[in-house]
Amino acid sequence: MIAEAGLAALWLAAALSLLQMVLGWAAVRPGNEALLRFVRPVAVAQGALAAVSFLVLIWLFLRTDLSVKLVVANSHSDKPFLYKFAGAWGNHEGSMLLWVTVLAVAGGLVALLERRLRRDTLVGTLAAQATIALGFYAFLLFASNPFERVSPAPLDGQGLNPLLQDPGLAFHPPTLYFGYVGISVAFSFAVGALITRDVGRDFARAMRPWILGAWIFLTLGITAGSYWAYYELGWGGWWFWDPVENASLMPWLAATALLHSVTVLATRDALRAWTVMLAVVAFSMSMIGTFLVRSGILTSVHAFAVDPKRGSFILILLALYIGGALALFAARVGTVKEGSTFRIVSREGALVLNNLLLTIILCLVMLGTLYPLVTEAMGSKISVGPPWFNPVTAPFALVLVTFMGAGPLLKWRKDDAGALLRRVALPLLLSAATALAIVIFAPGTRILPLLGLSLAPAVALMSLMPLLNRNLRRTPLIIWGMVAAHLGIAVSLAGMASESAFTKEVLIAARPGESAEVGPFTIRFDAVEPTAGQNWTAIQGRLTAQRGDGAEIPMLPEARMFSDPPTPTSEAAIETRWDGQLYAVIGEPDGQGRWQLRLWWKPWVTLIWFGGALVALGGLLSLVGRVLRDRRVRREAPEPYADEAVAADPRGRPGREALA
Amino acid sequence: VKRWILWVPFAVFSLIGIVAAWNLVRPADRLIPSQLVGKPLPAFSLPEAMPGRPTIQRADYGTGQPRMLNVFASWCVPCIAEAPQLMELARRGIPIDAVAIRDRPEDVARFLDQWGDPYRNIALDADAGLQLSIGSSGVPETYIVDGRGTIRYQHIGAINATDMPRIVEEFEKAKG
Repeated sequence: MIAEAGLAALWLAAALSLLQMVLGWAAVRPGNEALLRFVRPVAVAQGALAAVSFLVLIWLFLRTDLSVKLVVANSHSDKPFLYKFAGAWGNHEGSMLLWVTVLAVAGGLVALLERRLRRDTLVGTLAAQATIALGFYAFLLFASNPFERVSPAPLDGQGLNPLLQDPGLAFHPPTLYFGYVGISVAFSFAVGALITRDVGRDFARAMRPWILGAWIFLTLGITAGSYWAYYELGWGGWWFWDPVENASLMPWLAATALLHSVTVLATRDALRAWTVMLAVVAFSMSMIGTFLVRSGILTSVHAFAVDPKRGSFILILLALYIGGALALFAARVGTVKEGSTFRIVSREGALVLNNLLLTIILCLVMLGTLYPLVTEAMGSKISVGPPWFNPVTAPFALVLVTFMGAGPLLKWRKDDAGALLRRVALPLLLSAATALAIVIFAPGTRILPLLGLSLAPAVALMSLMPLLNRNLRRTPLIIWGMVAAHLGIAVSLAGMASESAFTKEVLIAARPGESAEVGPFTIRFDAVEPTAGQNWTAIQGRLTAQRGDGAEIPMLPEARMFSDPPTPTSEAAIETRWDGQLYAVIGEPDGQGRWQLRLWWKPWVTLIWFGGALVALGGLLSLVGRVLRDRRVRREAPEPYADEAVAADPRGRPGREALA
Repeated sequence: VKRWILWVPFAVFSLIGIVAAWNLVRPADRLIPSQLVGKPLPAFSLPEAMPGRPTIQRADYGTGQPRMLNVFASWCVPCIAEAPQLMELARRGIPIDAVAIRDRPEDVARFLDQWGDPYRNIALDADAGLQLSIGSSGVPETYIVDGRGTIRYQHIGAINATDMPRIVEEFEKAKG
């Protein structure tokens, strides 16, 4: 009965989303204002029902209910508790249910919390959110029912893909989904605002916390995913330009651009059309990301089952939503007047440049990801990888990072280029000195890592400069957030450049007793032993690493074989030192008593993920700062949602002046 | 802002949609054709696969007569499935050479004893070097090389009974 209850909740939620959509679109038409107040409760109820449905699925997985097909296919009674829990979304149906649940709950929260937007714009937003949700409910109910029964029930389940049996990965997909789907709120705000022609500062302020929230999750998800690929796949790399990685990077790039343009809109009432377009594009990228992963049209290490029927279903939904929103944009945005103007050398100018560069990088990543599909359609097969992506995107990224450091040092509206140069003279000198030092002490460093290494300290310094001459205790959290996020990018850049410039790699076939040198370490291969866990057996290599005469560090890389389903995986042994990581992988025996060992010394590689975490922390600080400021403003101002209050607002219905 | 610019995002995403749809509708084709079809067979030098049996040499190709080159291995199950078809081709007088990939002489001998021996010359490609250099991504694969030493046709996977007319036709064309 439990599964049927979950299915019933899902059907009810779908019905409510239909109601919410019809009511919402009807209510925004002139003359139907009476309907406006019915939409909010429906949105809240819809979110609650979707959440119930997802909780039921988790419950089924925790009980290992073997009468449910999805549990049989993805779980096993011997599996550790954490992975039974994570098994609920480690598969196609479950992850789509999570996707739509996040969408519905986000819609419900908008309905509950948003108090600033004009009511008809808010209802338009909720109607758009319901329209998206309805399509994905239909997809679940007609093409991917997670609650389908199986009869007779088998004796045990088939297990979960061992690559996914990892604590980091258990929470990686939900994190990314919060990010992907959180952006849907920005999309819906944009559609709502286009419908009511209400693009202005209030629209930007209402949208901003949602973008920030989604962006934090995307940043965390990408950082965690990169670290997962690094230690779990055993290839020693931290970013592979795999289509699925790109699918998470593209929404992040669009969301980062949106985050900055929405600030210009909220502060200076400029970039209206551009911001609306970015909001639509950011969520479009998220949906395309989901589609690429789910349809299997791109081959990838992350690909789930290939299923053309489901692929076509999602593709039709995408065409409707993205096409509809962009057509609405093209038809309507011309009637939204452009906001204020500004000089090129100004904070706005720097933010526009930021948007431009982020958009160029986004287009390049999109081109590289989709190009194999295009050429395949024309009959030749190619694959686009790091040799293309790195040199093509890096120059733009380096320019972007430089201006990221300089931008916050500019004044709004107009500033003086000479004054800016004086402000950044010290960082520029630091950069030149670093470059010189690298050329002297590490000759032969390639150009991109060299540029990255010499820019990173300068950008870090510039990122901290907005704190100069400020009373630090009175500095708003928003400023701290920006400083932390920008500093995080500089830290991450230093890690990437150092990894790329200074990594030492050794690949040997060694007998127990032999030693190898990697960077400053001597690594002795002591023995090979069998070992076992709850649902796997493994060959474990015993290595001892030593730096000079320092302490001996034991390292235990494993080649594992999971039992259900039988799958080999490689567990790297990773030793973190303060100045980098030692990374060891054990491979195949050669049949003559020797084992393949792959050893890396990666100086400062951990900075990549520290930087990512710092960026996310910066986002969190900004979000908290914004929410606190909003609450303070609301306490001082009257509640605008007594219906008459809007008309009585002394500013006279903000956004009205946006009409042509 | 010019009005048509506003439609650019719509156009870009429509293109993406069309490409994605095309890739969905078309049956998935995970075969990787060799880039060398139409190009001359590269040079190579390989040892014999079993004692007393001549190895293949680059000089055997381009003597005016087309030949077939079968990429196989004794450990490869689909290679057993195509053995009767290869025997039939050999019976019709088509010269077939073979490269045994990552194999051992005694295993090759046992395989040929058990499943038939349609081959003229056999080489041992212990580290799959020749296989990679002719753009083959798996076993079995069969190449038709014409009388001037140019690769004319590549068949990926086992040759089934239904593939036979095509193979014979391609071989006749290679005589051309």
